[in-house]
Amino acid sequence: MAGLAKSFGSGAMTNSIAEIDDLDVIFVTGSNPIENHPVIGSRMKKAVKNGAKLILADPRKIELAEEADVFIQQRPGSDIALINGMMNVILEEGLQDDKFIKKRTENYEAVEDVVSQYPPERAEEITGVPAEDIRRAARIFAKAENGAIYYAMGVTQHTSGTANVTSLTSLALLTGNVGKEASGVNPLRGQSNVQGACDLGGLPNVFPGYQKVIDPEIRDKFAKAWNVDGFPDEPGLTVVEIFKAAEKGDIRALYIMGENPVISDPDQNHIIEALEKTEFTVVQDIFFNDTAEYADVVLPAACFAEKEGTFTNTERRVQKIEKAVEPPGDSWPDWKIIAEISKRVGYDMDYDNVEEIMAEIAELTPIYGGIYYDRLGDLGLQWPCPDRDHPGTKFLHEGEFARGKGKFYPVHYTPPVEEMDDDYQFIMMTGRMLYHYHSGTMTRNSAAIDEFESDAYIEISNEDAEKLGVENGDRVKVSSRRGVVETYARVGDRVAPGYLFMPFHYAESPANRLTHDALDPEAKIPEYKVTAVSLEKV
Amino acid sequence: MALIKINGKEHEVESDLSILEAVRGEGYEIPTLCYHPDLSISGGCRLCIVEDVDSGQLITSCSTGVTEGLEIKTASERVERARRSVVDLLLSDHPLDCMICEADGNCTLQDLAYRYGLNESTLGSKIDPRFEIEHDNPFIVHDPDKCILCGRCIRVDNEIQCSDAIDFINRGFTTRIAAALEKDLGDDDSTCVFCGQCVEMCPTGALTYKPSIGEGREYNLEHTETTCGYCGVGCKLDLKTRGNKVVEVGSIYREGTPNPVGEACVKGRFGYEFIDHPDRLKTPLIKDKETGEFNEASWDEALDYIGDKFNQIKEESGGDAFGALCSARCSNEDNYLMQKLMRAGLGSHTIDHCARL
Amino acid sequence: MKSLEELKEIRDKYKNEIQIRKKEFREEEHIHKAHVMVCTGTGCVSSGARDVVAEFNDELGSRNLEDEVKVVGTGCHGLCELGPLVIVYPEGTFYSEITRDDVAEIVEEHIIDGQIVERLLYEDKSGKKIAGYNDIDFYKRQKRIALKNCGKINPESIEEYFAEGGYEALGKVIDELSPEEVIEMVKDSGLRGRGGGGFPTGLKWSFAAGAPGDKKYVICNADEGDPGAFMDRSVLEGDPHGIIEGMAISAYAIGADEGYIYVRAEYPLAVMRLKKAIIDAEEYGILGDNIYDSDFSFDLHVKEGAGAFVCGEETALMQSIEGNRGMPTPRPPYPAVKGLWGKPTNINNVETLVNIPYIILEGPEKFSAVGTEGSKGTKVFALTGKVNNTGLVEIAMGTTLREIIFDIGGGVQGGKEFKAVQTGGPSGGCVPKEHLDLSIDYESLLDVGAMMGSGGMVVMDEDTCMVDVARFFLDFTQSESCGKCTPCRIGTKRMLQILERITQGDGQGGDIDLLLELGARVKETSLCGLGQTAPNPVLSTIKFFRDEYEAHIYDNYCPTGSCDELALPYWIDKDICIGCTACVNECPVDAISGERKEPHVIDEDACISCGACAEICPVDAIFQK
Repeated sequence: MAGLAKSFGSGAMTNSIAEIDDLDVIFVTGSNPIENHPVIGSRMKKAVKNGAKLILADPRKIELAEEADVFIQQRPGSDIALINGMMNVILEEGLQDDKFIKKRTENYEAVEDVVSQYPPERAEEITGVPAEDIRRAARIFAKAENGAIYYAMGVTQHTSGTANVTSLTSLALLTGNVGKEASGVNPLRGQSNVQGACDLGGLPNVFPGYQKVIDPEIRDKFAKAWNVDGFPDEPGLTVVEIFKAAEKGDIRALYIMGENPVISDPDQNHIIEALEKTEFTVVQDIFFNDTAEYADVVLPAACFAEKEGTFTNTERRVQKIEKAVEPPGDSWPDWKIIAEISKRVGYDMDYDNVEEIMAEIAELTPIYGGIYYDRLGDLGLQWPCPDRDHPGTKFLHEGEFARGKGKFYPVHYTPPVEEMDDDYQFIMMTGRMLYHYHSGTMTRNSAAIDEFESDAYIEISNEDAEKLGVENGDRVKVSSRRGVVETYARVGDRVAPGYLFMPFHYAESPANRLTHDALDPEAKIPEYKVTAVSLEKV
Repeated sequence: MALIKINGKEHEVESDLSILEAVRGEGYEIPTLCYHPDLSISGGCRLCIVEDVDSGQLITSCSTGVTEGLEIKTASERVERARRSVVDLLLSDHPLDCMICEADGNCTLQDLAYRYGLNESTLGSKIDPRFEIEHDNPFIVHDPDKCILCGRCIRVDNEIQCSDAIDFINRGFTTRIAAALEKDLGDDDSTCVFCGQCVEMCPTGALTYKPSIGEGREYNLEHTETTCGYCGVGCKLDLKTRGNKVVEVGSIYREGTPNPVGEACVKGRFGYEFIDHPDRLKTPLIKDKETGEFNEASWDEALDYIGDKFNQIKEESGGDAFGALCSARCSNEDNYLMQKLMRAGLGSHTIDHCARL
Repeated sequence: MKSLEELKEIRDKYKNEIQIRKKEFREEEHIHKAHVMVCTGTGCVSSGARDVVAEFNDELGSRNLEDEVKVVGTGCHGLCELGPLVIVYPEGTFYSEITRDDVAEIVEEHIIDGQIVERLLYEDKSGKKIAGYNDIDFYKRQKRIALKNCGKINPESIEEYFAEGGYEALGKVIDELSPEEVIEMVKDSGLRGRGGGGFPTGLKWSFAAGAPGDKKYVICNADEGDPGAFMDRSVLEGDPHGIIEGMAISAYAIGADEGYIYVRAEYPLAVMRLKKAIIDAEEYGILGDNIYDSDFSFDLHVKEGAGAFVCGEETALMQSIEGNRGMPTPRPPYPAVKGLWGKPTNINNVETLVNIPYIILEGPEKFSAVGTEGSKGTKVFALTGKVNNTGLVEIAMGTTLREIIFDIGGGVQGGKEFKAVQTGGPSGGCVPKEHLDLSIDYESLLDVGAMMGSGGMVVMDEDTCMVDVARFFLDFTQSESCGKCTPCRIGTKRMLQILERITQGDGQGGDIDLLLELGARVKETSLCGLGQTAPNPVLSTIKFFRDEYEAHIYDNYCPTGSCDELALPYWIDKDICIGCTACVNECPVDAISGERKEPHVIDEDACISCGACAEICPVDAIFQK
């Protein structure tokens, strides 16, 4: 989100899901919506059926490739070179939107300079994508009346993640495909309330509503409202940094709510060491998850069907969740547990219900300023919604960007941290699949789904499988510099020779035992998409 | 606007409507099986026929637009006789096992049989099944003998889900609906992704949710509209419960939601069984430092223990010694309070979650 | 080719070459000594026409006559039963049932010596040999407009089509007429759809012409599916350019620039000739961009259908072209407004289209001078069943059934009594003998519960069981139902089940009324023409032959003896029986007993009515009850 925020001033999906219907060009990269946002994936297919053009850039030949007018299978980690190559073509052929660039952007000259160094032929060398495909894709996107970019973790989970995103924002600015209906740069958020968790201050550098902790005025505002003396004036640590600090003993107490870092975080062995080292760990979840094993106290929480509250979806829409059943046994809604703990550390939280919490959020969070329970009704509200009379915002940056002008951040290609070598002949990507979700807490405990898709696997190309004598369904051992995992081989043409893909949902074959924790310097996102590994038949 | 006459009475209706929409909008009843407002028009079931006074023809109201001066009869003897004959034909090829059918009480064919007083077809009853029930996957059961071939499942699959997983096969009386190569929906050759929208569209018991079999009929269930707990699309879902158990997930059809025509995916539709899983945490647990085993504890014990430890660490090392992970799967309110606890209660900004993972 | 003038130059060049085939030029000097026209329609090809062609070429080659005598493969002449047919010009001598063994004789005697080979001539009912093509009863009562080129030219030669004035109508239309004027001419001609519906063609065109839209299509419906019908196939094989020209004119009239010919894949010869014709026309610039150097462009594709009967229904046909399962969609919206890929589309049948160039060139008045008040021009029928001359006939509208069956068709086979004729294909109706003098036109046929359809005509004799006929046709339509709408899918099945039980001797009181009721509902409520007409054979046979139904149901008796389960047992007239025991040995179920030289008896309960005994009996003493 850092890249989006830098360019536009706001780090969320610029446009709404429904606007997909009105697009004439859809550019999807580093996102597998058919599996990970299936309802959006279907909507894209429908748009294509109705005549929209689709450009897909993905290192894997995912289902959407069948629908694509141009399918680009770039090497993992080469996105910047690809996008720069596309922008090079657009400038070479004069397809840029000069009026938009002049009126609504800044730093355009810098982009010209950088992009001129990426003719499609050079981009081909880096990405492995035929120059002609880069040209075709560039022309189609540049000529779109209503073109939009959709991306997800395939773009961000790189050490160059933020730079990847600013490449995409530059492409949108260059072609005038942002700041209007049916366009935009749209990160598809992978989890039910990842948008809300970010919006409401679940980040070390911002209070709710992306109000920076380094801003003294903001700190004062919250100190007053929350009735405390003050806050640290520097941001806290990010998730990977937390575990590094814990390993060193700098963090003594961990409070983990609804997360399972042993499965979901990079370099599992180090996570476990950090947890073992931590003096006091509280895990709060709906199941006794893999991380709970290392906790001192485990607290039972209610799941989404057992409590009231709100989720904010990928298109910034705040929607209610409702209680359908009673929580099992003695489990409580998370907010109630937190309030009780807070009381015991001497800071009283006094809420009768979630409505009161949202009212407090509205008072302190400008983008949620008009979001109250009584207004959420059938359709919810899309932030920014500054006051009670505001109808919510369908798409962002109309007329003016949140930061004023849209800023070009041209970037040069930098290679990923790990590359293939003699010991580790493959590059492995991790990700999700249709039938499971994140660390599997929910789906792997849902009988029907786990029955249908019960085994972990790794995707390997037909060519590599033949070379290694591996057949579909064979047991294989995958090793990286950090660990070894056994799983089943799934042989096919989804990955190119030399590349592998492994879903990370399976505790019995944890992909994250292999991944490394090198981070994007700005967004602090680990490079899940590029891990050097070796593979052999068991 | 167009002025039309329905059963002798004048009505002014929007001129871009179909006769069916216009007539229903004016409060008249017209039965349908294959029609659905979110799908293309099929015109196959023939129940929505009305009598066009001008031409004397029976016309399908779903596929015919209103025109100025149109005069129709929606329930003349002729219309009702034709409809009754259609229902009679359908019943002649439908098992009469409503008493054990999952769709009992939620079946349009059953309603129509009731409406026309047909406890069985005048043309004889279907004694032996003609097809095998398909149930080789854990999600959806297909009983072609109960299928009335309205094709709504095919249209939702092709037009909304865009999976093109099912279609009609064969001709005449042997026509049926099948997945690729006539294999099971879950077969390797099938493109079905188990979104369940076909089941939602089925007006009879031909398509049912396998995990919901025996868990109660529509009239046994309570409905709770909520937001899906999986990916970031935020689909609206209808959690159907019986007692204190979620037993089925239905669709919500509402323009303006992230899934306006009832879309869902396999996780949203079938990934609910964890809620009632016996392994759910039901009570706080405290680890015995000696044995490493977890023992059940009361909330007060657990919370006091946490409070004491947190206070001790805060006193000794300050806020920097705390780290918290909030959750992309918890509510806005949960996350807000978590960061408030960290910042205001413990004095630390070290809070993050797996947005990056 | 850039202009009509250019076309006319080419025409005149080839006209000389084919003059030899024209009666009026018979006496003149010709380029060739003779033209040997061998029918290479599907019927004649299957009886060996290709061998005959090869043999002629060999034979002529060996006598160094290949430059003087031209051998031409043609389209169908209609009299398929007598194939392979060979016509030798300039005399126009008609030889039938020619094998390769006859070829040398024709070359030797006819072509070289100028002597007609008597033994190979067609023989009429009275046994008279007839040499002249146009003197044969079968042909002389026909009126050929749609089939005018079939059998007369080489369908694989666009030049021969030019020679017959081909593509002049298209040139005239582009040069001289506005689309509105073209439509007016077609309206004035009174031409109605020949595919079955009988909708006025000009009116249909005017709908598509008037529908808003930049992109429009024309489609030729060549998905001939009626069992036994081959009207369209003959035109497709015999005059493919006639269809292309008709389509191009319709495209010009409605403002379309692209067209499809939807043809059954089971017609490989037709598909091949169409594709060749399209390529040839493209090479001459008659298809493609800027035809005759005008703004009019027209691209034409052949789409092969998968053989589903219902794809002859125009909305199902369009679904099939779009790559979907061929299933009809409700109308409105009509194809003229929202057709192929949602664009305004005009669909005409093969025979309709092939009439168009004639109407344009000869004028609508000449076309409408033929026919009746409501039905103008001619109609092609496939005459089949128990008639002597089976084949393809084109008659003026208004001709009576009697003329077709008895004059052209030569009457009922084996001198049996005429019983009924089924017109309109499997969903048409049976017309009994009291209506033999019915004028063939759209309205008259409908009045008696039959229909024009696409031109099937099945003659039935006194031995035909009308209940079984109804069952046969319904069996066809119900198994070809697309399955989409309830009445057609289930209603026709239930009707069929009732007919089956009647023909099997299990008919129940009330079955006739049930059939009438179901038939009425299926007609009234079905989605497309297939279901709306499927009950016709049942309803019309009940109307005219109710007593046969009643005999089956109430008397357990099939009056014609066709229904095996209802055949009556045989009996032996003991006054005639000589006790030879031949029948005893012949009976497959040992139902006959008796002493040698004594009259025998048949056990009625054991008899299966196979009739073997009656056939073997030397003194004709055995009869069926």
